[in-house]
Amino acid sequence: MRKHTRAALLCVAAALTLTACAAGKGGGANSDAAAAPGKDDKLTLTVWSNYSDREYEEVTKALKTFNKKFPNIEIKHEGSQDDDKITAGIRSGNTPDVALSFTTDNIGSFCSTGAFQPLKPYLDRDKVDLNQISPAVRDYTEYKGNRCAMPMLTDVYAMYYNTGMFSDAGISAPPKTLDELFEDAKKLTKKSANGDIEVAGYLPTMGFYANRPTILAPNFGAEWATADGKSGLSTSPGFTEMMTFQKKLVDFYGFDQLERFRAGLGQEYSADHAFHQGKIAIMMDGEYRTAFLKAQAPQIKFNTAPFPTWKPADYGTAFTTGTIMGIPKGAKNPGAAWELIKHLSFDTDTIVDLSNAIKNVPSTKAAMDSPKLEVDEQFKTFIDLAKSDKLKGNPVTPIGDAHIKAVTDFAAEYTSGKVPDLAAGLKKVDQSIDDQIAKSGK
Amino acid sequence: MTATLGARPAPGRGRARARHRLAVLGFMAPALIGFVLFFGYPLIATVVFSFTKYDLINAPEFTGLDNYTFMFKDDLLIKSLTNTLWFVLVLTIARTVFALGVASVIARLKSGVGLIRTLCYLPSLAPPVAATLVFFMVLRPNDGPLDKLLDLFGLQSPLWFSDPSWAKPGITAIMLWISGDLMIIILAAILDVPQEQYEAAELDGAGPIRRWWHVTLPTISPVLLFGIVNSVILALQLFTQAVVAGSAASGSADTTGSTKYLGFPENSTLTFPVYLYTKGFRQFDMGYAAAMATVLFIISFGVTIVLVQRMRKNSSAEEGGPGA
Repeated sequence: MRKHTRAALLCVAAALTLTACAAGKGGGANSDAAAAPGKDDKLTLTVWSNYSDREYEEVTKALKTFNKKFPNIEIKHEGSQDDDKITAGIRSGNTPDVALSFTTDNIGSFCSTGAFQPLKPYLDRDKVDLNQISPAVRDYTEYKGNRCAMPMLTDVYAMYYNTGMFSDAGISAPPKTLDELFEDAKKLTKKSANGDIEVAGYLPTMGFYANRPTILAPNFGAEWATADGKSGLSTSPGFTEMMTFQKKLVDFYGFDQLERFRAGLGQEYSADHAFHQGKIAIMMDGEYRTAFLKAQAPQIKFNTAPFPTWKPADYGTAFTTGTIMGIPKGAKNPGAAWELIKHLSFDTDTIVDLSNAIKNVPSTKAAMDSPKLEVDEQFKTFIDLAKSDKLKGNPVTPIGDAHIKAVTDFAAEYTSGKVPDLAAGLKKVDQSIDDQIAKSGK
Repeated sequence: MTATLGARPAPGRGRARARHRLAVLGFMAPALIGFVLFFGYPLIATVVFSFTKYDLINAPEFTGLDNYTFMFKDDLLIKSLTNTLWFVLVLTIARTVFALGVASVIARLKSGVGLIRTLCYLPSLAPPVAATLVFFMVLRPNDGPLDKLLDLFGLQSPLWFSDPSWAKPGITAIMLWISGDLMIIILAAILDVPQEQYEAAELDGAGPIRRWWHVTLPTISPVLLFGIVNSVILALQLFTQAVVAGSAASGSADTTGSTKYLGFPENSTLTFPVYLYTKGFRQFDMGYAAAMATVLFIISFGVTIVLVQRMRKNSSAEEGGPGA
């Protein structure tokens, strides 16, 4: 028996040692800027992104433009790599030189854990002027002053409306206030003889498509944090207004009827999207939808405008997020990786060509002003919003998207009528977010 | 095939005994190494990480019981645990009863047995993502085939994966559809019951139901216990179907890299493993995820022990019963 105990203890000790060794593994984060490659240096840069199909081809083309500056650097672009794979790559030492992440939700974690290397040494060394990028976009690419990513184009959100349905309903201009939005939504809604919704003027289900608290927040003047850095949903009148307004719309439709209608709608990025099918008349969405609509639903006549705001003075505000680029911890060629990131962040021709190809908003002021940028009537709304100083970025925390999930879950429950006390509910969400941030210790 | 190691050496012949032990160890080595590498080490590592703050990137920091105490104020953890326990209870019973029922019917068929057996087994070969999406499309309100069929009779189907009260039953229905593997195992056990026992029971005047109850059921009870344990483990690990059904119903099946939609609707499909994955890999809190995994392991281990002990008790009661 004693022998067995000893053997078991030995096994546990060995496992503990292995665990400690394995946990400590991973390349070091550099505090100094790695040297840029020489003009004739031959090396291969691996780039991971989550692009696929046509967008993958276009981004690959953009990456190849780097060869004008460094002809001997080969770029290996691997698509369909999400944040899970990036993290697993860093963990296992199989790290790309440049990682492109589709979501800015993880920027707090990437910067605070060192998963993405700090870019300040490079920015300082190369005297990069970050003012070329709008403050909101700068905000969602750093955490607590630690810039660990740069933007590759941006997404800006605004209102889409079906112009055919507007004329049929006798509406001459897009709504600018919440009251106008509510009245227009009522006029545009069509129901069948048995009361089923056939067309929703505006779909208020929280969390569905782009009707999300994060995206709506700027239009309600909602603030995520208090001055002392705590979660501030319950103290921000904007969040209360947002929930109240959305619930008012849900009550207009009737929650059960609305859910039956919503449950039959298509997926967000498919040709079955409800707006493509003419099943919703007004919606919030990003600029990329203009390309989707023209390709997948050319029969839909639509236009875009800034989304209505709670306070008239805020009209022209919008939410922004986008693809971010970083140098993962343990990257083999950080110096060359930075040169590629700098190229994609600031080379106007590359940004404009890519923007024209995948219909995203350029991330620099020079690219937005470029005469080569293809701007039609619908896309212009997004460019104007991106140039505005009212643009607001994604809230950044070190807990991934846990805070966004908490708010979205609560909003869905509240608008369904299951939460009687809005203020108490928001306080509970605040507490949950603060607890998780405190636990992260970041 | 048998392996012969030779006779056990007499006591006192130390070198021979050592050689014998080495030979035994040599034969056991592949299994032992596999066990240590793929079970022992990960298990111990998980327990160790559960006492740390570990973000997967930097070395873990010891935080004592923080991860475990945080569980008591984590509403989503409670919700996910409740969801998983619901599946353990409902799915285990439903899957075992369903597989037993189908197997019993097939065992009594006189013709077309091969075809029906194949048809019942086939769905279990479908990839879980595809199976879930097929179910989602079939049960989809407004334009799904089931809803259209019900519409002919003036009825409406429930909102299945969009209604928090129906989402878990919807997933259970998928799991039943793909339970052909268990059905085949139970069918084999039923067909293995000695024919003489049925004949004896028939001579004693037992009808088909009594024969099934008093002959079939007791004979296949070890296989049923396996089915129950297997279903409990399946329910405790339920992941893919919950994620796919939730994402598709939320309209975001084609959106990658976001946890915001996991658990849709209203976290009714947020199972314990889904939440564990979210915390560990999406929110960079592997220490907490490890603590959750430890809790899951303890629960699984406890449930299995209880079931096995119950089974042993039943077997010994039967062996020691009248006529034994």
